[in-house]
Amino acid sequence: MTEPSAQEKRPEPARLRIATASLAGCFGCHMSLLDIDERIFELAAKVEFDRSPLTDIKHCGPCDIGLIEGGVCNAENVHVLREFRRNCKTLVAVGACAINGGLPAQRNHLDVGACLQEVYCYREGLDGAGVPDDPELPLLLDKVRPIHEVVRVDYFLPGCPPSGDAIWKFLSDLVAGRTPRLPYALMHFD
Amino acid sequence: MKRQFLFDGRPVPFDEGQTILQAARAAGHYIPHLCWHPDFPPHGSCKLCTVKVGGRHVSSCAFPAREGMEVESDTPEINAERRALLQMLFVEGNHFCPGCEKSGNCQLQALAYDLEMTTPRFPHFYPDRPVDASHPDVLLDFNRCIFCELCVRASREVDGKNVFALGGRGLGKHLVVNAETGRLADTTLAADDLAANICPVGVILKKRVGFAVPIGERTYDAEPIHVHAMERDT
Repeated sequence: MTEPSAQEKRPEPARLRIATASLAGCFGCHMSLLDIDERIFELAAKVEFDRSPLTDIKHCGPCDIGLIEGGVCNAENVHVLREFRRNCKTLVAVGACAINGGLPAQRNHLDVGACLQEVYCYREGLDGAGVPDDPELPLLLDKVRPIHEVVRVDYFLPGCPPSGDAIWKFLSDLVAGRTPRLPYALMHFD
Repeated sequence: MKRQFLFDGRPVPFDEGQTILQAARAAGHYIPHLCWHPDFPPHGSCKLCTVKVGGRHVSSCAFPAREGMEVESDTPEINAERRALLQMLFVEGNHFCPGCEKSGNCQLQALAYDLEMTTPRFPHFYPDRPVDASHPDVLLDFNRCIFCELCVRASREVDGKNVFALGGRGLGKHLVVNAETGRLADTTLAADDLAANICPVGVILKKRVGFAVPIGERTYDAEPIHVHAMERDT
């Protein structure tokens, strides 16, 4: 029996841990992450997923990279975001909602109480209904905020959503230890 | 021999009375700008065309070219300042690009792409500015106004109608429609007026043509603004 070569003996490099979360968003950025298609195998060879809708893990542990889509619209969003910031060495705001509040922030010039009344009390067919007040429901904030207004953010990946190619370029740079940079063709806010 | 100055280390000839921006453009050098337009006198409000001359920051659209001056424009320092100005413009209004008809044709957005602005960085103002949809052919979304006054100047100096003006100061500054009711429908604005076609952002929009060109095929999707602007002299 031959001895294994030095190359075969070398331990595999530790894989980076990535966590993802969606706050006040539509999950479109996560869908776009899946749009990297078969390149996901290449990614899976280099990283492990921690908390993510893809793994259904509910709380993240220490991670190298945290990807957050969506803005901050309620108390639970604040909690999740702060947990990510505590645990992730590098935090990335992914997509328009995480970066500037996006579509959910278009309620910001309205009174949140009036919004709830309009939705749950005054619509036709809702006679006798009231604003839901179950204690398990997270408290709404008066304004939807981008995540950099709540915690420190290391990188921003714009787009609504960023394309699969943009996410791939960005993650490839990050995983390889390069400062992520999008070429002009992949730089979109819409 | 024609007089010249140095622009990012390269000699640029100029005629008496030309500004730095005019001379640089004539020599094929792009300087980012939003409120400047070749058909109107300089306005000097957006400050995107800021350059460094002899250690001082000046608006290149208004600063006269002088013999032997050394102008710095496309440098990391000046571009970082331009990016900060763009970021301030983004947070002062409601610039939700994914929901804007102008996206892909918007000069503010295109400059943000060109200067690699990935985040507005500052806290957002989220102002409350209701739209005016009263006109049959033109929509006004005040949320995106950057106060460049191009519509004001076009309406006054070309269309001869004085449809628009700016009112208020500081945070209270706003675009005004010159009608007793304040509604666009009660003005003489027509869809083919220059004022209705000159807005560099998505404030003045023509109705029934939005999204006619799909995302990905619009003006600045195809080429960066520094290429486009030099080709089309806008």
